[in-house]
Amino acid sequence: MVAQLTQFERRLALIIAGLMALCGLVLAAFGHRDPIGVHGLIILAAAIGTMFVVISGSFADVPDDSHLGRYYDDPIKVGVVLAMGWAVFAMAVGDWVAWLLAYPEMTFDAAWSGFGRLRPMHTTGIIFGFGGNALIATSFHVMQRTSRARMPDQLSPWFVLLGYNLFCILAVTGYPMGITQSKEYAEPEWYADIWLVIVWVVYLALYLRTLARRQEPHIYVANWYYLAFILVVAVLHIVNNLAMPIALASAKSFPIFAGVQDAMTQWWYGHNAVAFFLTAGFLGMMYYYLPTRSGRPIFSYRLSIISFWGITFFYMWAGSHHLHYTALPHWVQTLGMTFSAMLLVPSWASAGNALLTLNGAWHKVRDDATLRFMMVAAVFYGLSTFEGSFMAIRPVNSLSHYTDWTVAHVHAGALGWVALITFGAIYALVPILWKRQGMYSSALVEVHFWLALAGTLVYVFAMWNSGLVQGLMWRTYSASGTLAYSFVESLVAMHPYYIARAVGGLLFLSGAVVGCINIWMTARHAPGTAQDAVRDRPLVILASRSLEPGE
Amino acid sequence: MAIRERDPHTGHMTIGHEWNGITELNRPVPTPVWWFLGAAALFSVVFWVLMPAWPLGDTYTRGLLGVDQRTTVVQKLAEAEQQQAGWRRRIAAADFAEIEADEALMRVVRGAGSALFGDNCSACHGAAGRGGPGYPSLVDDAWLWGGAPESIAETLRVGVNAPHPDTRVSEMPAFGHDQILDREAILQVAAYVRSLAEPVSAAASHSQAVAAGKEIFAANCAACHGDNGQGNSDAGAPNLSDSFWLYGGDPQTVFRTIFYGRKGHMPAWEHRLAELERKILALYIRDLRSWPEGARR
Repeated sequence: MVAQLTQFERRLALIIAGLMALCGLVLAAFGHRDPIGVHGLIILAAAIGTMFVVISGSFADVPDDSHLGRYYDDPIKVGVVLAMGWAVFAMAVGDWVAWLLAYPEMTFDAAWSGFGRLRPMHTTGIIFGFGGNALIATSFHVMQRTSRARMPDQLSPWFVLLGYNLFCILAVTGYPMGITQSKEYAEPEWYADIWLVIVWVVYLALYLRTLARRQEPHIYVANWYYLAFILVVAVLHIVNNLAMPIALASAKSFPIFAGVQDAMTQWWYGHNAVAFFLTAGFLGMMYYYLPTRSGRPIFSYRLSIISFWGITFFYMWAGSHHLHYTALPHWVQTLGMTFSAMLLVPSWASAGNALLTLNGAWHKVRDDATLRFMMVAAVFYGLSTFEGSFMAIRPVNSLSHYTDWTVAHVHAGALGWVALITFGAIYALVPILWKRQGMYSSALVEVHFWLALAGTLVYVFAMWNSGLVQGLMWRTYSASGTLAYSFVESLVAMHPYYIARAVGGLLFLSGAVVGCINIWMTARHAPGTAQDAVRDRPLVILASRSLEPGE
Repeated sequence: MAIRERDPHTGHMTIGHEWNGITELNRPVPTPVWWFLGAAALFSVVFWVLMPAWPLGDTYTRGLLGVDQRTTVVQKLAEAEQQQAGWRRRIAAADFAEIEADEALMRVVRGAGSALFGDNCSACHGAAGRGGPGYPSLVDDAWLWGGAPESIAETLRVGVNAPHPDTRVSEMPAFGHDQILDREAILQVAAYVRSLAEPVSAAASHSQAVAAGKEIFAANCAACHGDNGQGNSDAGAPNLSDSFWLYGGDPQTVFRTIFYGRKGHMPAWEHRLAELERKILALYIRDLRSWPEGARR
């Protein structure tokens, strides 16, 4: 890890870690009466740990120029491992809260173990921990390969990856202590948000610098999506987290927006987090790993163009459909609904482009579970984008809103699309990274595939049923014009579905554990490839001008 | 690298770029995509013309249909009120006995009362009104404040030990904790109280304690609970001679009740539920008792 860094990068790493240690110390000292002090200690520990690693690695020889003729894959390996670790942790918490909903007495009368604190641990862990690490790792891989260029330096990828994980840890350790902004998917408080902005700007700069070194005349579609993901998430994150801390030694802050403006800003953020974090980034993943794995050309370049611009343009308007029938003015709801309807076209165009790319390779889909992960992901992408546009229609939303139908929709997307495309991409990526002939066991990939698919279907069908039952019970009237059911009766009706959901989640979690074992065995024990793949090299001959070492 | 190649499987040309082995076909966008996009855009434009849609400075386009979610809600509420007006008027006008005798009105009470009870009362009193330790059962014959429909409606209105000016007030003193009685005396009076409910078994085993307890009871407890422990629904003092126990009738719990006292709480519903809704609830609660065990409606 440190051996690959130049002397200058090693010194810079020490300076950065030293500054961070100082920040952590200041937070811990001034915030010792506040939960922020605990976070100060965590930052201090992370920084000191990093300094130890850098110092102990600094005695290794400085790498010669030969490594510049290869892609820089070490941070990608760590990113894949971190992604799988977060997956198991966050899915386990998710299944825990699923059982908690079926058996609400399971909190042991403690504050940290209530649904309100455990649930954001699940969502943050899975979206940002699992999804984010997978996106960072695959984007490092894809941007180098499609540019045929090595990353410009060795330090910034580590800074992005480890800094990002520090953000995730601050978020997830904050919730049990009660630290939250109470904004869905934007729960971390101001100091963690500021840290993420720094990390994210370095990420954007790293991506652009790598693209600037590219040896291909054109920028491949996958990069458009990854760039849209990085750029828009930066904008969303900064605007939605504009807040004033009540004191510099306190974790608590208040947002600068109030009332319905705050709600609209939050759901502009929330919906575009779905769009640009959970959709655009993973479409980038799909656009690289699906054609490389299937060995097929993309069905239509022109379709890629209209899909990309359609998705980036229409999604921006759709956030208000989260606030149908609220204090939000009617006209904003109309705009959200109509743009959501139009959004279906580019969404299905993307899903169709992926599935039609497989024409001529369907025999591989049948035989190769890795490719099948990606194929099924594209199908779920199509299904859940249709469902999303459908639920955005106001009268449909009046039935679905506040029910488990929303939960079903989110998980059709999160399990069926995001997680399956990620597992497919990781199974394609791991043998390349560790230079193996293939995964340790293709049978275990097959087991993971069926566990994941079964888990997704059980989960989604349970929540569809539960959501519809709930929605219908809440709007059923007796002949005399009064509500036929009390709220608690709808809770009783949901109980069996909640158990089914928790079982489905358990299946999905077991699949992820099988995946972890398989990846570990691949890295440690699978037979290696005889020769370093010559194709998997940056074009250094043409790149002599960008060959100067880091200092 | 711009070398266009023909894909042998589809017969289409690539666009001529290649990224680490990935190529793209130079295939036109399938026609259905354009139709689909056109239809979605047309739907949106029509919808914008009909509904409130685009902001114009400090106002917005109102739409040809003149729909507005605020007026829609007001209108639907008026319709709902219209639909309920018939039975609402009759229940509001009639007294409790008349309604209980009217099977048609009682059907309405059971329907409307079920949702009201489930949303407001069941959290403490249980979905079937059977209560639990500290929360009175509403389906037995024991009533702290009287079981007449008027009394129940009044309890609902003002609550018990609630922040309401007319609240019902009731507190059992902490005889042990406040050192009114010593431990021995509490054990004796507890034995006596238990003997009121179960004369045979308790009296046989602790006859001396029961006799002593009777004296203590007369001096300390009878003021509220009555000479024979029959209770007083004006003071919310429970009847101790029946087989119903609010907090539990085992020796340990009775001792605890006398030692530490009790002060139950029930919210006042006057400002949370309308008078008609409280009337329906009072009728519904009385009706609960006649239901077979386990029946929901």
